[in-house]
Amino acid sequence: YTSHLRIEQHPHEEVPAKKLRLTKPSKSAALHVDLCKASSPTDALQYLLQFARKPVEADSVEGVVRILLEHYYKETDSSVRLKIASLLGLLSKTQGFTPDCIVDDVINTLNSERSHQVLAQLLDTLLVIGTQVPESLNMRHRLIDVACKHLTDTYFGVRNKCLQLFGCLGSVDKPLPRESEGGGTGMAAKDVQSIISDYFGDQDPRVRTAAIKAMLQLHERGMKLQQIIYNQACKLLSDDYEQVRSAAVQMVWVLSQLYPESIVPIPSSNEKIRLVDDSFGKICHMVSDGSWVVRVQAAKLLGSMQQVSPHFLEQTLDKKLMSDLRRKRTAHERAKELYSSGEFSSGRKWADDAPKEKVDTTAVNLIDSGACGAFVHGLEDEMYEVRIAAVEALCALAQSSPSFAEKCLDFLVDMFNDEIEEVRLQSIHVLRQISTHITLREDQLDTVLAVLEDSSRDIREALHELLCYTNVSTKECIQLALLELLKNLTKYPTDRNSVWKCLKFLGSRHPTLVLPIVPELLSTHPYFDTPEPDMDDPAYIAVLVLVFNAAKSCPTMTALFSDHTFRHYAYLRDSLSHLVPPLRLPGRKLTSAPEASGLASSVESAQNFLKESLTRVCSVQQLDAPGAQSLLEFTIRDLQRLGELQTELAGTADFCATYLHCQLLLMKALQDKLWSVAVPLYLKQNAMVSGAAAQVLEETYKLEFLYSGLESRQIASIHHVRLQAKALQLVLLARTRRGVEPLLSACEKFLHEVDAFQRLFVTELPHFQDSFVDKLLDIMPRLAGSKPADLVKILQTTLRHSCFPQLKLPEQIRRATAAIIEPTGESDNPLRFTSGLVVALDVDATLEHVQDPQTTVKVQVLYPDGQSHVIQPKPADFRKPGPGRHRLITQVYLSHSAWTEPCQIDVKLLLAYSSSTSRSLGPRSAWNESTEGPTPLESTIEGTIPLSKPVKVFIMPKPARR
Amino acid sequence: MPEIKVTPLGAGQDVGRSCILVSIGGKNIMLDCGMHMGYNDDRRFPDFSYITQNGRLTEFLDCVIISHFHLDHCGALPYMSEMVGYDGPIYMTHPTKAICPILLEDFRKITVDKKGETNFFTSQMIKDCMKKVVPLNLHQTVQVDDELEIKAYYAGHVLGAAMVQIKVGSESVVYTGDYNMTPDRHLGAAWIDKCRPDILISESTYATTIRDSKRCRERDFLKKVHETVERGGKVLIPVFALGRAQELCILLETFWERMNLKAPIYFSTGLTEKANHYYKLFITWTNQKIRKTFVQRNMFEFKHIKAFDRSYADNPGPMVVFATPGMLHAGQSLQIFKKWAGNEKNMIKEDIAAITMYIVIMPGYCVQGTVGHKLLSGQKKLEMEGRTTLEVKLQVEYMSFSAHADAKGIMQLIRMAEPRNVMLVHGEAKKMEFLKDKIEQEFRPLPDPKKPRTMHGTLIMKDSSLRLVSPEQALKELDLNEHQLRFTCRVQLQDPYSDTDTLSRVYNHLKSVLKGYTVQHLPDGTVMVESIVLKVSSSAEDPNTKVVLLSWSYQDEDLGSFLSSLLRKGLPP
Repeated sequence: YTSHLRIEQHPHEEVPAKKLRLTKPSKSAALHVDLCKASSPTDALQYLLQFARKPVEADSVEGVVRILLEHYYKETDSSVRLKIASLLGLLSKTQGFTPDCIVDDVINTLNSERSHQVLAQLLDTLLVIGTQVPESLNMRHRLIDVACKHLTDTYFGVRNKCLQLFGCLGSVDKPLPRESEGGGTGMAAKDVQSIISDYFGDQDPRVRTAAIKAMLQLHERGMKLQQIIYNQACKLLSDDYEQVRSAAVQMVWVLSQLYPESIVPIPSSNEKIRLVDDSFGKICHMVSDGSWVVRVQAAKLLGSMQQVSPHFLEQTLDKKLMSDLRRKRTAHERAKELYSSGEFSSGRKWADDAPKEKVDTTAVNLIDSGACGAFVHGLEDEMYEVRIAAVEALCALAQSSPSFAEKCLDFLVDMFNDEIEEVRLQSIHVLRQISTHITLREDQLDTVLAVLEDSSRDIREALHELLCYTNVSTKECIQLALLELLKNLTKYPTDRNSVWKCLKFLGSRHPTLVLPIVPELLSTHPYFDTPEPDMDDPAYIAVLVLVFNAAKSCPTMTALFSDHTFRHYAYLRDSLSHLVPPLRLPGRKLTSAPEASGLASSVESAQNFLKESLTRVCSVQQLDAPGAQSLLEFTIRDLQRLGELQTELAGTADFCATYLHCQLLLMKALQDKLWSVAVPLYLKQNAMVSGAAAQVLEETYKLEFLYSGLESRQIASIHHVRLQAKALQLVLLARTRRGVEPLLSACEKFLHEVDAFQRLFVTELPHFQDSFVDKLLDIMPRLAGSKPADLVKILQTTLRHSCFPQLKLPEQIRRATAAIIEPTGESDNPLRFTSGLVVALDVDATLEHVQDPQTTVKVQVLYPDGQSHVIQPKPADFRKPGPGRHRLITQVYLSHSAWTEPCQIDVKLLLAYSSSTSRSLGPRSAWNESTEGPTPLESTIEGTIPLSKPVKVFIMPKPARR
Repeated sequence: MPEIKVTPLGAGQDVGRSCILVSIGGKNIMLDCGMHMGYNDDRRFPDFSYITQNGRLTEFLDCVIISHFHLDHCGALPYMSEMVGYDGPIYMTHPTKAICPILLEDFRKITVDKKGETNFFTSQMIKDCMKKVVPLNLHQTVQVDDELEIKAYYAGHVLGAAMVQIKVGSESVVYTGDYNMTPDRHLGAAWIDKCRPDILISESTYATTIRDSKRCRERDFLKKVHETVERGGKVLIPVFALGRAQELCILLETFWERMNLKAPIYFSTGLTEKANHYYKLFITWTNQKIRKTFVQRNMFEFKHIKAFDRSYADNPGPMVVFATPGMLHAGQSLQIFKKWAGNEKNMIKEDIAAITMYIVIMPGYCVQGTVGHKLLSGQKKLEMEGRTTLEVKLQVEYMSFSAHADAKGIMQLIRMAEPRNVMLVHGEAKKMEFLKDKIEQEFRPLPDPKKPRTMHGTLIMKDSSLRLVSPEQALKELDLNEHQLRFTCRVQLQDPYSDTDTLSRVYNHLKSVLKGYTVQHLPDGTVMVESIVLKVSSSAEDPNTKVVLLSWSYQDEDLGSFLSSLLRKGLPP
């Protein structure tokens, strides 16, 4: 009865206990009370479970552990002891607690423990403790000794844990002197491996797996595995249990990487081969294992075995090569004959499968030929995971061996026909990656091009990308490719841009192959004038793109053009300048003149120009106000033009121009003579200045988040400008507002920001000599104590009398850009839908140099009534077609109440930023070193920057019919 | 030493009429109960009287297991259970149980209603037979009785095809039925665990073939069809109603879907529709892709494939038609073929390119004598019934889409199961021999399966016991003299030479004709061919007429009669 009462009372008692938890002994005391109160093992278990949910402070761990141990000795129920053991492990992970002190206790309990499960758990606890203190050699030896003692336990879990202990704590072979100095460690290292390998033959598959894993763990920790275990590992490959096989495959692979060149004998013959070849054959064998997990693993590992000899590699693609590959080295010729004579029929022709005369049977081997056909099997596997792994492995191997790349081409091309799109896509990507090694034959190209009709956009675009990098061998191939691409264009008009781009590369890659078919392509005739094709026909543009790009490196081609072709060239060069290269045309010297100089030198000169203009700007301080302003204006203009001309430097030039523009705005706002005049008269002036300050702020956010490749120094400069703008705002506030209260908080905020700046950019401060912030920091102590009015006055003078720091440019700055491809905004047909319901609008956009677009890029929809929605696309809608590029294909849901007229809405992309997630990693890490704890001062500022031009979409929500 | 006895009643060393008796640990199990498509008489069913004379089978058999629904594996089931008489359990998987009666009913209709045979099983018998069926699940161990247990594994060959492990005590047998080790568009690959049976009874249809990768085949097929359709052509694909037909349908359906093609695909109706229904239901028996996507869309709900009507064959424009039967020997496929092969000339007038517009793609095996077989052997003129000839101008393609394991697949299965012995059935003897050698090289020698052989023996009934001994031993034991039966015969020859010369001429002649036999010229004026004695003497009336005396024993009857007829033709000059 009393015990019942206690349990009922318990919830009431717990409340004060919780409150007291913060004081030191309370936690352990509460636990103690709880455990003592527990009338039955189930209750105790409940308490322990509850206890485990709450964290324990480092300094009270010791006490808790004592109580737990004390209770442990008393406890008769094994499940409670098990829980206590696991709690000990959990507690020893607590930060700031050194678990050395409980090792002895745990080892003691081990010796007296009867239950196997609890034993395993205690060993696990020891493992945790051991990994907590990796430096202590002494402790490690003790733990290893304990593990040795329990290795012979009858329960598999105990043996597992012991092996795990070996794997995690067994001494790693340190460099030689160590070993000679303390013979014990050397011995232990040797022992550990042989002890573990003894358990490769354990009767329990779980222990076998644990043994292999322990060995792999040793390898991971840098211990060199001995070659002796290779044979054992190979035997384990044919184990009955998939987990063992799976671990063994890994083991064999590790050994093959460790001893690729050592020679192993082949059983049942007196020949020898390299170990890497032998293991390659064995892993290939596992590609046709019964368990798909093992198959995936084997296929994946094959990709990383690049040291394998080429003739072994090539056999992976040949199912029918029946010769035992071990003999092939000596009887290479015979094997080849065998292969060509084809003892087996291929099943492709009708009735050719009558048994043929037998070839020397000793050389024929159906499955033991290891590598033979491994990839053929892998690529045909039932599970697509295996197929993808095989495709990836093929890719890795082909990249390191051009001859293999040539051979595996047919198989990859076949994968374009897989039933699962993911596999198809992957194989197209793989082919693109190895395309430098290969030239497609006509029949292969044919198969590749057939995929252009695929209804999946991803597949088609991947294929376009592939064609951009493909080499073809004949002019027929070019013709074929063009034909299929045009077919694609008519079937899927939305592919326009992608197809054009593809043809651009195809043309510039194969000028000599395009040359002979130009008359045909342009349908010119030696005697007759042919009708002028329609300039707006996408197919015609496609042909022209191909021809013009080929003509770029083939000057004779222009002679074949007819008059209208030249006209069309001029038009396309203007309208699609990214697709049509500048050509040197006869009689049109002017257009080509500026491009005559080499590209490299022009980039260099542009760079020089950039540097010069920046240094010129530095001298601005010496000039009087109007002169400085006009210098800045001219420089900005120059830089903008430079960015347009030199695409390589566009980002940098743009960045500089924006930065200088900020300076110009600040200068204009400050240098005005009207500043000193009395307040009420200058409302207009104030408006101008506050506008400038707001603009500068906005620009600084653009500078910080829109450009990639910035170093902390540039970011410091940007922050500096922002600080100036904020100071300006503060001054303005002081002049316009009455009352001290708002001003006071604003001042305080500003001072915090200055402080934050100092902390963030401690390393950069030397570069800000004589600048605004430098001056401010000099008088900082004074500022902190002064009144708002004084502060404003100081700010005003400092602002006007400080020079701006010179902008130092990093290697490369890239501007994040985005362009909405779809909707085009050209449609006159409104998108009609019932008001109150939603309509999905397909949005397709390309993003360049946007980092982490999944979180930052958003779509904004602006309705005519000023309503705006910001939509976050799904992460899966972003694809990555190439480095630095992203593609957003998503659906945006529109909805609105009824309108009487169709009207246009704006759709645009936004780049969201927040100062706390600033990607300026440099300063952040610097700050991390200098200070501790979170920043209470830095308020996060979140906002968005428009990333693309808005596109207008015509929509018409109709009233719902009742 | 455990004794396991395996007796094939059919499909031992041929294909068709699969029926194998296994005696293991005192239990008798019948594996499959099929019919032979090539025969229309008693030979089409296995000879059940081998098991028990005129009685019912129930006493003898412990259970019957059917591996899959193809008629050559289940066609004799109603005959066995209802007409011969068997009341024990019949095990098959769920899909087999569902589809098998449809096929049996169809088969019955054709034999009874169309061919007018009597003494055949009735619809009611099929129903009664199906009532005795106990369905099996994959990897489910079923206890047939206290000792006998069976377990089914996935075989991949057709929907619901299974391999069975039969276990009595520590002895076990695995029967594969038909299986496929390469997954295809709608089925997965066969799989078995390392069960280490005493005997693995494996099919060996493709014992001498190692097929190209299936992707090559698929690509070739799709390319051919696509090209033809794109040029406005028509494609006829003769198929059997179930199995490969679904595979090709899925292949074309997904291709049409992917490539956004619009040309119609037709399927000749009939039992396929009913069976397709079951394909939709038994999704768990299909491959990974179909299993994973059926929530969005069941792959067997075809969007592009519609039912065929006879009138559609004349429609203009491209089309693909699947028609049964697969060997073009009758029915709709033959009708369409005749129509298109004959229409050719009219088409040429309209369009020159029409010559290549029609193609027939044969995806499977064709029995000798059928139109399909003739086409595949390259005949360009076919004789039809009614003495008309049909000129074949359309293109004929053979593409193997068979779902049997090839040599490598068989090896792979052996490696997976690790049996102690392997027995090959369901294939041609010669090809099996070849594969047997391969397996022996790879693993270890296999015992030779016992073949029926004619032997001479003597049955001795003595002291109320029966013994079978060799004739020599019998003679010796019974103390009897051996009697020899010899034939003699005289052959008259017109030969102007002397006796000895004639004899040597005969000798030379025989020597040149009978290569590989021992022909001896003995000094006593006789010629011996093996044990046959020849003597030459002149005729009394005419010295030019020689008489050759031949004498041979009963055992050499064949050679002796050959020699006499040879000599009657005379000697070469």
